Amino acid sequence: MKAIPEAVTEQFSVIFGNRVTVAEVRFGIVTIEVAPENWLEVCRVLRGNSEFAFEQLTDLCGVDYLGFGQTEWETSDATSEGFSRAVEGLGPGRFAWGQRPMPGHVEHRYAVVLHLLSQAHNRRLRVRCFAADDDMPMVPSLVDVWGSADWYEREAFDLFGIIFEGHPDLRRILTDYGFTGHPFRKDFPLIGNVAVRYDTEKKRVIYEPVEIEPRVLVPRVLRNDARYKADDIDREAQIRADEQAG
Amino acid sequence: MAEIRNYTMNFGPQHPAAHGVLRLVLEMDGETVVRADPHIGLLHRATEKLAESKPFSQSIGYMDRLDYVSMMCNEHAYVRAIEQLLGVEAPVRAQYIRTMFDELTRFSNHLMWIGSSALDLGAMTVFLYAFREREMVMDMYEAVSGARLHASYYRPGGVYRDLPDSMPLYQESRWTKGRALKRKNEWREGSLLDFIEAFTRDVPARIDEYETLLTDNRIWKQRTVNIGIVSPQRAMQLGFSGPMLRGSGIEWDLRKKQPYACYDKVEFDIPVGVNGDCYDRYLIRVEEMRQSARIILQCVTWLRANPGAVMLKNFKVVPPSREEMKDDMEALIHHFKLFTEGYCVPPGETYAAVEAPKGEFGCYLVSDGANKPFRVHLRAPGFAHLSALNEMAKGHMLADTVAIIGSLDLVFGEVDR
Repeated sequence: MKAIPEAVTEQFSVIFGNRVTVAEVRFGIVTIEVAPENWLEVCRVLRGNSEFAFEQLTDLCGVDYLGFGQTEWETSDATSEGFSRAVEGLGPGRFAWGQRPMPGHVEHRYAVVLHLLSQAHNRRLRVRCFAADDDMPMVPSLVDVWGSADWYEREAFDLFGIIFEGHPDLRRILTDYGFTGHPFRKDFPLIGNVAVRYDTEKKRVIYEPVEIEPRVLVPRVLRNDARYKADDIDREAQIRADEQAG
Repeated sequence: MAEIRNYTMNFGPQHPAAHGVLRLVLEMDGETVVRADPHIGLLHRATEKLAESKPFSQSIGYMDRLDYVSMMCNEHAYVRAIEQLLGVEAPVRAQYIRTMFDELTRFSNHLMWIGSSALDLGAMTVFLYAFREREMVMDMYEAVSGARLHASYYRPGGVYRDLPDSMPLYQESRWTKGRALKRKNEWREGSLLDFIEAFTRDVPARIDEYETLLTDNRIWKQRTVNIGIVSPQRAMQLGFSGPMLRGSGIEWDLRKKQPYACYDKVEFDIPVGVNGDCYDRYLIRVEEMRQSARIILQCVTWLRANPGAVMLKNFKVVPPSREEMKDDMEALIHHFKLFTEGYCVPPGETYAAVEAPKGEFGCYLVSDGANKPFRVHLRAPGFAHLSALNEMAKGHMLADTVAIIGSLDLVFGEVDR
C-alpha cells in the first residue's frame, strides 16, 4: 500500500473542518473520529467526493472500551511481603452471570469502527464514532450509504447492543432466537448465561443455567518495559543475528 | 379463481447444498424466489471474544477453525496484524514459505469449492477428482506442520519450522503393494519441496481434467450462465471481494494492489470476469488455480536456492529452541515467560488483510498494551457475500438458488465466526 501523503490528512480538515478529527496515521491507515450527529453526513461525503472515493465498506464492527488498559496483576510495585497475587478481582472472562463486576468508568464505552476502501486511490480509512450514551448507544445507520453495512450493523447490534437508527431490519443475527444480552460486551461472561440441550424425558430442547466454571488461565498483564519498544526489539534481533554470523 | 399466495419454506440447516449450517427462509411464488432471508449463527463460537481471554499466540489455532477450508490464509491475516503492532517482520524465507502455502491453500480451497458446488448441481465426478488432489495438499500440510487441517503453522516472527527434508512414505500393506505402492511413493522420495514441485508440475493437466468435465458441459452451462448476475456497481456496494468481485469485472486483488509477504516478487495474472454470473465466477476460480501453480513453482525455485532462518531470533516474541534451553539460562527464562504469560503487544490498532481464497480476510486488532488482545474483529469475506444472497436470488428459481449459494463459496466457520 502506498504511503499516505500529508495532503491527504490535510484534506480531512479542509473539507470537514472540525467535524472530523484525525486521530492517528499508522501502518498506512488514517484513523478519523466523527461524532454521531455528523456520522451520516461525513460518510456520504467520504463515499461521494472524488477526493476520497471510498466506494467500499469492507468492515464495520463495534468495540466496547470498558476496562481498556486495565490489568489483573500489578507487576511494577511490590510490598515488603513481595509481589501481589497474580489474579485479583473479576477480570475479563473470570465471572459468571450473577457476579458481573461493577463497570469501571470510561468516558465513552461503545464505538463503531468502519474500515473503508478506496479502489480508485488504493487507500484505506478507519472511521470511529463513539456513541454518546452508554446506557443506550445509538448511531445512525449507514445502510443507505453502503449496502454492505446492513449485516455488519445487525452484527454490532446483536453483539454489543448498539442501536443503528434508520436501519430497516435491525434483528439479531448471530445469536440464538430469543437470546438475552449482548455477548461481546465486556461485562458479559465468557462462559455465557444459559446452556441448551435436548431433554429426553420432556422430549424438547430446554435451556438451563450454565454449569461450567469460568476458567481463564493466563492473567492479563500490561508491561511498559523498554523491552517492548520497537527499536529495542530490532536492536536485540540485530545483536542475535551478529552473534550467529560471528 | 382460487387465490394463489406466496408460501414460505425452509432451506437447511440440514441440507446438502446449504454448505454447512445455512438456514435459508425462502418466500416463494411457485418455483420463483421472492425473498431469501439467510439465518446464520448456528456455528457461532465467539472466536473474537475467546481471543480476548488468551495471550496473543494462543489464538492462532482458532484462526484455522474459522474458514476451515483455507486454514493458513486466516492465520496469515492474524499473524500479520500482531507483527505489525509488534513492529517485527518475518525473515524473507519465511515470507516465501507463507506465500507458497497461501497458494497451496488457495488451490486446495478451490478444489473443495469446485467439487462441492459441482456436486450441488449434479456433477458427481468432479468431486472425486478434486479430492484426489486435495489429499496431496493435505499431505503437504501434514509434512510441514504435523496437522492435516488445523496447522497453526504461521507464527508471529515467521513460521513454526523449516520445510522438512523428507516426506513420509506409504508403507506396504495388503491393499497397497508392488507397482501400486511404487506409484504412490513416486513423488515422495525426495524432500517436501520435491514433492510440491512434482505435484505442481502435474497440476495444469489435472485442471484440464476438471475443465473437460465442466467448462463446455451443456448442463453445467445451463445451470450457471446468466444466473446470479451482479453488476460491478452493486458488487462494490455490497462489499464483495476476491473472486466474487473479480467475477463482476473489477480488477482488484490485494496480492497485486497491496502486496504482502512475497507477492510483489512473483509473477502472476489476475483473471477478471465479464458478465458477473455464476459461470464467470467458476472460470475465475479455475484460472486462479492455474495462477497459483505458477506462483508455487516460483516460490519452490527461490526456496531451493536460498536456505536460511524461518523464524526471527528475537526471544521477546519467539520462543527459543529446546536445544538452547538446555544450556542457556536466559533461553529458559524466555521460554518460561513466553509460555506462561506471552508477550505484551504495544498499544495501538491495526487492520491487516490478506487475499484469502474467498476474498478479503481481514483482522482488526486493538491492543491496549497487554499480553492479550483488547479486541479482535475478523472480517470474513463470506459474511459480506452471504448478505447479498437476497439480492442475487430474487427472481430466480429455487434450483438456481443452489447454484448461487455454490458460487458464493461459503464456509460457515468464517461466516458465523
